[in-house]
Amino acid sequence: MSENDREQFRPDDHPNEHFLLTSIVGSYPKPKWLNRVSDLADDPESRFDEEQLREAHDDACRVMIDEHERAGLDTVSDGEMRRNEMVEFFADRIEGYEFNGPVKVWGHNYFDKPSVVDEVEYADSWLVDEFEFTQSVASKPVKVPITGPYTLAAWSFNEAYDDEADLAYALADLVNEEVEALVDAGARYIQIDEPALATTPDDHAIVGECLDRIVAGIADEVRIGLHVCYGDYSRIYPELLEYPIDEFDLELCNGDYEQLDVFTDPEFTTDLALGVVDVHTAEVESVEEIKENIKQGFEIVPPENLTISPDCGVKLLPREVAYQKIENMVTAAREIEAELDAGEIDLSPEVSAD
Amino acid sequence: MTELVATTPGLYPLPDWAKDELSELKGHQKGDLIAGDEGPEVLDVYERARTDAVDTQGNAGLDRTVEGQPRWDDMLAHPLTVHENVETGGIIRYYDNNNFYRDPQVQGELTPSGDVAAELSAVDATDRQAVLPGPYSLFDLATDEFYDDDAEFLDAVTDFLAGEIAEFPTHETLFLLEPSLVENAPDDDDNEHASEAIDRVAAATDADVVVHTYWGSIPERTYAHLMDADVDAIGFDFVADADESLYNINEYGTKDAVAMGLVDGQNTLVESPETIRDRVEWVDENTHTEFDRAYLTSNTELFYLPVNRFEAKLKSLADAATLAEVDA
Repeated sequence: MSENDREQFRPDDHPNEHFLLTSIVGSYPKPKWLNRVSDLADDPESRFDEEQLREAHDDACRVMIDEHERAGLDTVSDGEMRRNEMVEFFADRIEGYEFNGPVKVWGHNYFDKPSVVDEVEYADSWLVDEFEFTQSVASKPVKVPITGPYTLAAWSFNEAYDDEADLAYALADLVNEEVEALVDAGARYIQIDEPALATTPDDHAIVGECLDRIVAGIADEVRIGLHVCYGDYSRIYPELLEYPIDEFDLELCNGDYEQLDVFTDPEFTTDLALGVVDVHTAEVESVEEIKENIKQGFEIVPPENLTISPDCGVKLLPREVAYQKIENMVTAAREIEAELDAGEIDLSPEVSAD
Repeated sequence: MTELVATTPGLYPLPDWAKDELSELKGHQKGDLIAGDEGPEVLDVYERARTDAVDTQGNAGLDRTVEGQPRWDDMLAHPLTVHENVETGGIIRYYDNNNFYRDPQVQGELTPSGDVAAELSAVDATDRQAVLPGPYSLFDLATDEFYDDDAEFLDAVTDFLAGEIAEFPTHETLFLLEPSLVENAPDDDDNEHASEAIDRVAAATDADVVVHTYWGSIPERTYAHLMDADVDAIGFDFVADADESLYNINEYGTKDAVAMGLVDGQNTLVESPETIRDRVEWVDENTHTEFDRAYLTSNTELFYLPVNRFEAKLKSLADAATLAEVDA
């Protein structure tokens, strides 16, 4: 399934025989003017209204889609310009949530961790408008990241459900409704973000149950990825191979690929989206450095199962740094493809195509 | 009759205005976190945040006043991450939470720094309560690149904490936070050493010492060894694991005083004073123990909460202590 559904993203003018699908995890730095405009829209004293904020969001999305396309990515997004944060954005659209104020994640990074105070319910669509706009602007296929139900549950205060699993399953049913709506609107590449699984890996079975609910009734040609941020991956592998998804997106660059061995035994049987640039450092990796990182992926899967992405969302990086990292990443992927075409790269025996 | 003392294990959320100002002044990256050499603008924010924390506790009516630790960007690892002989490595997860701290990599001798003493001295209150990581937890959170082995490193961390305490101003109580005794308990062979380390740190102060544990209960062998440490009270997390906490108390006994973690430091659902009082009674009834003193506290540090809920929980704790005393 996965080998076929990735080919739909190969650009018509792709220069190489090999195709390492390049992608982003999701978030991208917001332009400073957009932050100022958002502040103005929040300020009752200003004359800035919601309609003008929407216009600003549209403009920012156009800029980011263009930035992704200029960097050469094969699949693009709007950089989540309309989303304030990966849990807040969804909690704001789901009945049953309330907000009490920001809490610390690390250093001076905070988020408005919401509280579930009543049963969660699906009201209006969360992302279809965002997707339709992005698709209308982009000339490349669009990838849609959605925060997964396990993370939505784990990163909320649960005042209403007996336990976190019950809350996660209730949310998974809502995510399924949203994925159906996105597919109806034309989406073909959806990424479920479950960073919380890295925090509490022993809950991998809960995430599995959530994913079963999410993909129920979704057509095979829709590519479903799962992103799990940096953590002790040995505690969720090989269990994650049982998940009903096409691609795992993993943050391995941050740990200097020390956990690579985790994924070689047993054999990795789905597609790997490999993080090849570190999002926690503002130092831009050179093309050569990234090429070496990409080659680490061949220790796990053959090229036809390898997707290239940053370690995680890049929104905390300075914008020019984020752009340069992505551009170098694409350049590195294209050079590796050419070297593969020319037979210049030795693949380890266990992952070679034959 | 048990004296009820309403208090907290410290590590407060920054007031929202301080979150904004410090984000602006310090930045968001690894390298922007606290180093100990901050300029006057940043120091001014911390001073105001400290005053805010003291006022909040006073308004709530708590019986002990902590500094709130606004500077502790790295949570319990803070005393090491600002040390001159410690380098900070990558950001790593803080226990099993969605929080991160910088890996303190010890590269030289852990000489006393006076960092925590200076914070505590700035607290204008007569009922001061000091808060430190316990030696085992600080040892567990750090990476040693200097000492010969784990035993020597634990001794060095112990001496370091004792050295910090030696510079403390007068304080009524010292809370030593030891979540690692639950989350990553010592091996059988190391239990005795961990307990001795706590004993040595406790001996550095004349104040009452509470060894507070949370995110569950301590394994019983570890608990049995901890009872050998000369401290005034052990703190139990009755929110995360009431049954096993009770088991330890009933099986191995406990000190004459106790700290009861009765309020959930990681959920916005605010416990009413009546609920807290009922939980105190539940512990009393199930331990068949007349404690000299019981510290009523949240189970965990409180920085996980939004400010409004954090303040509401302080008030509930203080009111619960008053309510229970009136009832008695």
